[in-house]
Amino acid sequence: MTTLPETTQKKLGLVIDLDTCVGCQACVTSCKEWNTGGYSAPLTDQDPYGADPHGTWLNRVHAYEVGDGAKSQAVHFPRSCLHCEEPDCVTVCPTGASYKREEDGIVLVNPDTCIGCKLCSWACPYGAREYDYKVGVMRKCTLCVDRIYNDNLPEEDRVPACVRACPTGARHFGDVADPQSDVSKLVADREGYDLMADFGYKPQNKYLPPRPKRNGSGVQAIETSDEPTTKAHQTPGSALEKLFSWADQKLSR
Amino acid sequence: MHPAYSVIFFTTASGAGYGVLSLTAIGIISGLVKRDMTFGLVAFGIALGLITAGLLSSTAHLGRPERAWRAFSQWRSSWLSREGVMAVATYVPAGLLAILWIFTGAPGSAATSFEVVLALLAVIGSIITLYCTGMIYASLRTIRHWNLSIVPINYVVFGLMTGAVLFGFLLHLFGESIEGFFWITALLLAGGLAMKTLYWMHVDAAKPISTAENATGLGHIGKVRPFEAAHSTKNFVMREMGYEIARKHVMRLRNLTYLLAFGLPLLGTLATIVGGTVMSLFGSFFALATIAVGIFIERWLFFAEAEHVVNVYYGAEAA
Repeated sequence: MTTLPETTQKKLGLVIDLDTCVGCQACVTSCKEWNTGGYSAPLTDQDPYGADPHGTWLNRVHAYEVGDGAKSQAVHFPRSCLHCEEPDCVTVCPTGASYKREEDGIVLVNPDTCIGCKLCSWACPYGAREYDYKVGVMRKCTLCVDRIYNDNLPEEDRVPACVRACPTGARHFGDVADPQSDVSKLVADREGYDLMADFGYKPQNKYLPPRPKRNGSGVQAIETSDEPTTKAHQTPGSALEKLFSWADQKLSR
Repeated sequence: MHPAYSVIFFTTASGAGYGVLSLTAIGIISGLVKRDMTFGLVAFGIALGLITAGLLSSTAHLGRPERAWRAFSQWRSSWLSREGVMAVATYVPAGLLAILWIFTGAPGSAATSFEVVLALLAVIGSIITLYCTGMIYASLRTIRHWNLSIVPINYVVFGLMTGAVLFGFLLHLFGESIEGFFWITALLLAGGLAMKTLYWMHVDAAKPISTAENATGLGHIGKVRPFEAAHSTKNFVMREMGYEIARKHVMRLRNLTYLLAFGLPLLGTLATIVGGTVMSLFGSFFALATIAVGIFIERWLFFAEAEHVVNVYYGAEAA
């Protein structure tokens, strides 16, 4: 059924720490590795050794430069399905292949009934769904539904593959509906937030903002000019340095 | 949004098909279309043929077309499903009406009351189906160019408009005449022109849904710029949603749409009003030939101009 459940017993999701993520892509590759053999198998690639290699991945890590000039910082930004509480990707599905589970709030695509119309991917503002060109169905993060309840795995492995792989502990998994859960406490402590909250899809995944930037001594970064180049030109130096500086300024126009 | 030719053909062909079906049915209800086996065969044949060709073409963009039947199940929530259900439901009165109108009754005889009921249902079904097609796009909050109440209305108007031009050509081809019909065609063309102008004025003035700062939640730190892409070549999201068209080309194609989808068909239609038999036939053919190209460009632009909000994660400042 593509109508949404009124409530879900749990709201399982990921809490992603943008402060500690180093952009190593370990979660991306471990996700691909697990899921190409798991629920979403096969996650195909197109032209993998050719000129235009691309494929279906359920987790992507972007890197953004945030802020200006000397105060700017790199923020690594993992992006996957947020398992929203009220997502349109589920309701637009004409076949019922896309659905939200009542027991834990996980949003899944049934690969046996998906017709590959791609409408769900159009309805998602987060770009979380990726079409499998070879199989002809839509793929998305399953929150490793085939790991988290899997009694055949040791207990420490019953978390999504991306969480297990993260070397810096930037990814946390749990029930965000339970205020006593570790993830809920983390969200409360670190002022975790929803992506595009104004959209109203109510993501279950949360993001923890980067902590304020510090310099080497551990104190708040001192105020620096927004235009460090201009400042450099004003530093006093030898006549030759001034000449170079002047020439550089003229030539770089 | 990437303009898929199968979807462009589907929406324009079945749109015109539902237009011809509606006008034929209205002609039957009002008694203006006389019972005639040849004309009946051609009008219903073309209407149902275009609708069917369009619907079949729409399955061509599916990854698993053999499962298309499953799309009839989720009409409670999905406009795509509702459209499928309505399209199939409309075949019932339309098909029955076609059979009765073509194969029963004396030539020139008026419609029976049963045929009138079927014709009424065919008109209602056609208009609801066109509306559902528009709502597939209008229901997507992620695309501000589509998420507008004018979009489904435009789908209905453009369907009737292209259908009227095609129906008018058929009238001339078979030497039939309906008093004042071409004024209705001209009115639909002028109405379509006004609606499209209104649509473009609206999308040009509207604000983007989101920015890179808003979408990442990092705006409190400062400006957000892509530093390293998440992948080395374009992924599905960029191929499907990242279609970009230069403003220069948009303006050129909009002008072409004005000319070919509205201006020249209007000119051809007016020629049929003032001209004799030969000029009328030529005028209605001219209107049909131009609107066929014009509506294709209009629909291509409808997709190509549409900006998906996800692009803010991929380097767009706003979308």
